[in-house]
Amino acid sequence: MAVTEYDRAPLVEESTTDSPLARKLEALWETEPGIVGFFTTVDHKKIGIRYIVTAFAFLVVGGLEALVMRIQLARPNMTLLTPEQYDQLFSMHGLTMIFLYALPILSGFSNYLFPLLLGSRDMAFPRLNAFSYWVYLASGIFIYASFAMGHGANDGWFNYVPYALKAYNPGPNMDFYALGMVFLGISTTVGSANFIVTAFRTRAPGMSINRLPIMTWGTLTVSFGNLFAVPSVSLAFFLLWMDRQLGTHFYDTTADGQPLLWQHLFWMFAHPWVYVIVLPAMGMVSDGLPTFCRRPLVGYTAVVLSTVATMVLGFGVWLHHMFATGLPFLALSFFSGSSFIITIPSAVAVFAWIATIWTGRPVITTAFLYFASFIAMFTIGGVSGVMTASVPADFQLTDTYFVVAHIHYVLIGINLFGVLGGLYFWFPKMTGRMLSERLGRWNFWITFIGFNLGFLPMHLTGLFGMPRRIYTYPPDLGWNTLNLVTTVGAFMLAFGILLLFVNIFHSLRHGRIAGPNPWDGPSLEWAVPSPPPPYNFAVIPVVASRHPLWEKRLGEGIGESSVARGLVLDHGKETIGTTVLDAQPDVILKMPEDSWSPFTVTLGMSVGFTGLILTYWTPYGWAAAAAGLVLTGLGVLVWLWPERKLGQVAEHAHA
Amino acid sequence: MPSAAARMRTLPVGSVGVRASGWWGMMCLIGTEAALFAYLLFSYYYFAVQFGRSFLPNELPSVRLSGPDTLILILSSVAVWWGERGIRQGSTVRLAIGLLLGSVLGAVFVGIQYLEWLDKPFVLSADSYSSLYFTITGFHMAHVAVGVLILVVLLAWSVLGYFDRVRHAAVSIGAIYWHFVDAVWLAIFFTFYVTPYLGW
Amino acid sequence: MERPGAFGLTVGLSIGLSAALGGCTTGDLPMNYLRTFGARGDPITALTWGLLVQSIVVVVLVSLAVILGIYLRRSRFEHPEGEREPLVRRSGGITFIGVGIALTLVALLGSTVWTVATLAAINDPPSDPPLTIAVRGQQWWWKVTYKGSPDQQFETANEIHIPVGEPVRLELTTGDVIHSFWVPSLGARMDLIPGQTNVTWMEANRPGIYRGQCAEYCGKQHAHMALRVVADPPDQFQKWRQNQLRPAAEPAAEIAAFGAERFLLRCGACHTVRGTPAGGGVGPDLTHLMSRGSIAADTLPNTPGHLAGWIADPQAIKPGNRMPKVDISGPELTGIRTYLETLR
Repeated sequence: MAVTEYDRAPLVEESTTDSPLARKLEALWETEPGIVGFFTTVDHKKIGIRYIVTAFAFLVVGGLEALVMRIQLARPNMTLLTPEQYDQLFSMHGLTMIFLYALPILSGFSNYLFPLLLGSRDMAFPRLNAFSYWVYLASGIFIYASFAMGHGANDGWFNYVPYALKAYNPGPNMDFYALGMVFLGISTTVGSANFIVTAFRTRAPGMSINRLPIMTWGTLTVSFGNLFAVPSVSLAFFLLWMDRQLGTHFYDTTADGQPLLWQHLFWMFAHPWVYVIVLPAMGMVSDGLPTFCRRPLVGYTAVVLSTVATMVLGFGVWLHHMFATGLPFLALSFFSGSSFIITIPSAVAVFAWIATIWTGRPVITTAFLYFASFIAMFTIGGVSGVMTASVPADFQLTDTYFVVAHIHYVLIGINLFGVLGGLYFWFPKMTGRMLSERLGRWNFWITFIGFNLGFLPMHLTGLFGMPRRIYTYPPDLGWNTLNLVTTVGAFMLAFGILLLFVNIFHSLRHGRIAGPNPWDGPSLEWAVPSPPPPYNFAVIPVVASRHPLWEKRLGEGIGESSVARGLVLDHGKETIGTTVLDAQPDVILKMPEDSWSPFTVTLGMSVGFTGLILTYWTPYGWAAAAAGLVLTGLGVLVWLWPERKLGQVAEHAHA
Repeated sequence: MPSAAARMRTLPVGSVGVRASGWWGMMCLIGTEAALFAYLLFSYYYFAVQFGRSFLPNELPSVRLSGPDTLILILSSVAVWWGERGIRQGSTVRLAIGLLLGSVLGAVFVGIQYLEWLDKPFVLSADSYSSLYFTITGFHMAHVAVGVLILVVLLAWSVLGYFDRVRHAAVSIGAIYWHFVDAVWLAIFFTFYVTPYLGW
Repeated sequence: MERPGAFGLTVGLSIGLSAALGGCTTGDLPMNYLRTFGARGDPITALTWGLLVQSIVVVVLVSLAVILGIYLRRSRFEHPEGEREPLVRRSGGITFIGVGIALTLVALLGSTVWTVATLAAINDPPSDPPLTIAVRGQQWWWKVTYKGSPDQQFETANEIHIPVGEPVRLELTTGDVIHSFWVPSLGARMDLIPGQTNVTWMEANRPGIYRGQCAEYCGKQHAHMALRVVADPPDQFQKWRQNQLRPAAEPAAEIAAFGAERFLLRCGACHTVRGTPAGGGVGPDLTHLMSRGSIAADTLPNTPGHLAGWIADPQAIKPGNRMPKVDISGPELTGIRTYLETLR
């Protein structure tokens, strides 16, 4: 019987990707080819790319929904869409972009990059990682199934009650949305736990907490945010579903319910969520921009602290979405003030980026253009946010197109622009090929101009009093030209995104070979081949500074980082576990093999949620839901069954 | 660059106590679950503030059943803690006894809770108080049920001889979850059974 | 040489600014809130302008800093391949953050003080409002009740008359889902939430018609849930009010009398005409329908043609609204329309 050991002193050796050690690791870590590997892989790189592809697919779907709406709104009194169709479109568009695109795309990048940035071989929980992707996909399909059936969500992404209650919304639309959000919340939560444990426990020795790349800080911070914020929305939606289907009285006033409870629970989640979907993108800019400015980021510590501060403060401002609900003077003043204060950490980031440009030597590439324009877009989204934080001004601004413009500067300007920059930046790492710079420039300028053409004038549409969520408008209110301009801009933006896909498909085949470090980046992911081998690092590197690949040239660090020479961990799938603050080696972690469990548990849960939605039509749905529960439980049991290989079982058990 | 092979100091291998990733994962789960219950209790206090005394049922909740039930849950935590201490010293038998006691007491807790449910003069769909009462205690009961299942599975694994003095991370992880579920009950107990008597 | 941001930003900003300036000086923007008329709206508008100008200045400065920084500091090397720009570590970057945060703090402090001062200024009306109007939102129209002693109280819909220069107290409730009462050019804004009565006030300092619209999504016809606030000189307001207090006049002409009879049969279950047996409370009170400038929650102008069109097929005009399409004969329609035209 092969006996794993209780402890070991690992060798420290030099190794490259074509050594015997590397070949051994390749065999250990490689995913089985074909359909089995497709369902069982736990490789964070494959999962990360899946996340990115799926999130972009949702971006396209949400974008198409937007274009249809923009045609309807291009002229007054258009009748392309019925009110119900329009309501479903704007609701699906919103929830798609906010929940199915904005965070998953960032999770995709983080999934792909975390172990590479941290000098590790996989996420802390590889199977959980696969699981969070499958659940994301399943819940996305679940939510879209309703739309395909003509029962899409129709009360906007924030879904106010009582309009979302059965009395006013008798169809299954809201049940799909409610259950789908609870389902999706599971993916977000386990994903967040995975990022936290990965960032805390599986860094290369020497990568102390003050040497983490900012992007890692961003994701780590928002993952904490998610752990505490997501339960709120899952609960809100679950209570909604209970009100609708089990006759409880949380939100309706007939038996001492309170519609404002929904707003509290929803915004306690959704305001932090706004920071959740921008902080990792800001982190990408904070890591990418300096690479092109040929210098380290100015004010690393300040930027990190402001990232954390933003998230913490983000939990104290939810009431500013409810200024017009009839709150007392003191509450209004307090939440107005707290919303203003949150500007300060954001300003720290902006000035750090500007300082990095001014004290660096910017090399202009498409990625750099996205990162640099991000600063301006961030500022526009920021100042319009400050305006809505001012209670009296918000009385006028809220629920007008001013807010619509604001949220699009946040979601497109501060999320998508960072993501696109990140894509140009890390695409070579993921695929081994460069994206075309020529097409890239076209892609950037058309996207940039289209976006600003569409959404900058929209602020004015709002100031001219156009409420959001109206399916049409009369011709005599001065909104006609502005809306037409926005529609033109939206189509131009869509064309810009189309060029991105052209570039991707072209470059996947014909792009120039990238090599390990095409941009001369400073962090560990650039030390491994592009694309990286399944095991990432042949030996676990040792880190002595914030910029392991730059430190010699910058004269940084105490001692010397070493990537080629490091810990040999090859007794099965292994990686190193380190202490939280100093990243001292703490334990040799045994990593799981590829596994069916994540997929089968997701299937079990899908059966369960499908059963719950079926209860809308038939009581047999409860049986399906129970079956799903049992399947899920059994799946989890199989998943967690202790394994000798993973060092979870006593050695002399059957001796 | 010198390439002579060197050795790092000796490190433990695999899942060992608080060094196991699973233990950190459980901490995250506990964090998010604690938030969930905090939001549930927030809802309760929100209604309480909105409606005052009229929010509560005419007959205030009694500790006749819930009081002993609380003690039972605390005892089960003690039993699990005692069992886990046992395996740390290498005693699988003590572990098994602790887990057995813990799971039985947990099951008794659920049973008594159910009796208390039957005892209530109102149903889930009566008003916002009843909705909250059954939802919060129901959420908690579900967690206890999952906890009991975990204890039973751990019991089975310990009987199968999977654990020894070094390899028992699963036990520590399951136990900390169980203690958490018990702690949550104390918050719920305080909210439903104590605060109504603190003057409204 | 590329200048990121410059082109698009300049274009966008100039479109925005010129349109803004153009828009605020022209009078054909009924929902514009960059210009308001009265003690409730004016402090808000001043604040909005202040914040807007501050925002534009910040965006322009930051954009300039980015563009100028890139222009002045850009590398000689355009492409990532080939010769690389060497790494640099110039100091002085922290100063940017220090100065930037100092400026931000000053701006924020100013904004906070101004915000709280404005909030205090609009919290209460300048004088005790003699007039209280209860507005009840319904899917998708506004029920308006002028409060007073029983003989002074009356009900109307979708058109609120107020005396110029006098603050008016508003009591806002909803009959179904959440709505939001919003008259931008008077700065009046408050949500209508089930289970609570929200109180606010408004005032107009110039006679005129001020358009309002529901500002919280409330379902299929949220787009067509508008209202009018008509500010009258005091004597005119009193005349209007006295007229509203009267019950409807008996129809004189034969065709109108026929119409009244059919109205009672076809419409009376949902609509009230005071002084007649028609007493339904589902739809708007129509006692003085002809005194209103628009119908269907300010969706159509109140002309005989539109009125007939609306009665004949309300679902074609506001699909999904609560008024059903009733099978009505031609003569019936003419009769009802003629009758309604007598409700002055």
